[in-house]
Amino acid sequence: MCARFAAPNTVSLSLEALENLCVLSRLEITSGEMEGVAAKLSEIVTLVDTLQAVDTDGVEPMAHPLDRAQQLREDRVTESDRHVRYQRNARRVEQDLYLVPRVIE
Amino acid sequence: MHDATIAQLAEALRTGKVSAVELAEHFLARIERFGGDLNAFITVTPESARAQAERADARLAAGDSTPLTGIPIAHKDIFCTRGVRTSCGSRMLDNFISPYNAAAVERLEAAGAVMLGKTNMDEFAMGSSNENSHYGPVRNPWDRDTVPGGSSGGSAAAVAARLVPGATGTDTGGSIRQPAALCGITGIKPTYGRVSRWGMVAFASSLDQAGTLARTAEDAALMLKVMAGPDPRDSTALPDPVPDYIAGLAKPIGSMTIGVVDDFFDDGLDSDNAQRVRDALAVMERLGATLKSIRLENIGLSVPAYYVVAPAEASSNLSRFDGVRFGHRAEGAGDLTELYMRTRGEGFGAEVKRRILTGTYVLSAGYFDAYYLQAQKVRQLISEDFARAFREVDVIAGPTTPTPAFPLGQKVDDPVEMYLNDIYTIGAPLAGLPALSMPCGLVRGLPVGLQLVGPHLSEGRLLRAAHGFQRETDWHTLAPPGI
Repeated sequence: MCARFAAPNTVSLSLEALENLCVLSRLEITSGEMEGVAAKLSEIVTLVDTLQAVDTDGVEPMAHPLDRAQQLREDRVTESDRHVRYQRNARRVEQDLYLVPRVIE
Repeated sequence: MHDATIAQLAEALRTGKVSAVELAEHFLARIERFGGDLNAFITVTPESARAQAERADARLAAGDSTPLTGIPIAHKDIFCTRGVRTSCGSRMLDNFISPYNAAAVERLEAAGAVMLGKTNMDEFAMGSSNENSHYGPVRNPWDRDTVPGGSSGGSAAAVAARLVPGATGTDTGGSIRQPAALCGITGIKPTYGRVSRWGMVAFASSLDQAGTLARTAEDAALMLKVMAGPDPRDSTALPDPVPDYIAGLAKPIGSMTIGVVDDFFDDGLDSDNAQRVRDALAVMERLGATLKSIRLENIGLSVPAYYVVAPAEASSNLSRFDGVRFGHRAEGAGDLTELYMRTRGEGFGAEVKRRILTGTYVLSAGYFDAYYLQAQKVRQLISEDFARAFREVDVIAGPTTPTPAFPLGQKVDDPVEMYLNDIYTIGAPLAGLPALSMPCGLVRGLPVGLQLVGPHLSEGRLLRAAHGFQRETDWHTLAPPGI
């Protein structure tokens, strides 16, 4: 049971595909790391690819592990304004606003 | 004093044999002595601990105490603690001072427990060896060249080394039970939703659950009783009333039927580890329990299903780390996308990056049905297998891990090998079930665990079975050599 799963296909992720994933994930991977990351991701995808062989026709995807609805509460304001305390954790704040690089030229 | 359990310390506090301040000082001195070597703590909080201990002594004197008043504890550094760094084991949050307390922290504080510090962990709880921490690996107190397990490895090592009598942890795929097994202590992951997740840094929201690491089932019951319960701030926190776990411990386990999954005892399980588990099952039988062989047909799919669902949810949850509102921020970025990419590239470690990329891959256009939806269907099949089994048995017992603690560095370059280490623990969270690990013997001088899994909301039953076992055996009383 613990042996490596006999995967029907070995998936190999190209560097181009990885570059695209990095952009989608907003995650910088240095060029020196790319090949190593692609190789390990390929192994992980090969592992999860074993799910493709499972017959799940007519099976409902799980929505909640206990098959319960979420707890709802009354829709009213319960929080006070604590932005000063919260903004202490931001590196760049000016006039109560978070600063980011210029987005409009 | 540090060999005493929480229950024994509570009695000593109640009868005035020791004060909360004395207890805090004693355990702070032990953290000072052993903590650095084991690297079990990221942050120690002696000043606030002393203040909390003084308040606990005042409550004890006034007769306004609970069984946890004055008990020293530690929190896994995934729980937000007001005014104290909450790093989640990541460079990303190295500078994050939480503005509020997590629900679990709040509840333990209200009961009078004294926080001594925040424990080391795999970054964002992603790992099975505690080698993925920005603050360096935790060492196993039984053998410092081996891993303590993960991701709650700091909590497990701290409890095993008697640096605190109890600690909090979180479990997404085994992160309480696996380190509890490898460090020789008792850990319980409750039913999904039993403890509020409010203020717990999110990893995989449909799996994450808070629980406890302590030395005995009785101590786990004392802590869980306080932590569990409804919370309007977490819409998945269960509204069901919390039973009196302590009162339930007294009942005998004689009439229980225990399911044993034969497939778990194949070549993948270390043969000595298997023997310790079989010996433990024989003890249960001697106590009057009936053993019954069962099958969980789809359990072998739990690792691949988990490594779709958990990374998918992680990739979404971790998108909040953008360098703008809190946490690490890259310097000198020219535009917003560059700020995001460089902040996240610098702030996250290798395993977290792998999980984010895996999650993004399985959720990307055209792949969602094939991976995420398929994994949720497989999860349903696994859950139905458990439900069928629980129509015939009261609990399912087996090994917690395939082997005792492995050497530091052994699996760190092979993520898939590391993932397969969670083979026995991943099923329960996929089905939202409560599960517990307790010590059941030594293999080559290292502890191994017996895992008990029960139906939803059967924490009381699991704790009762473990307590019955611990009254018959003394594995849970063994201390690591030199501690």
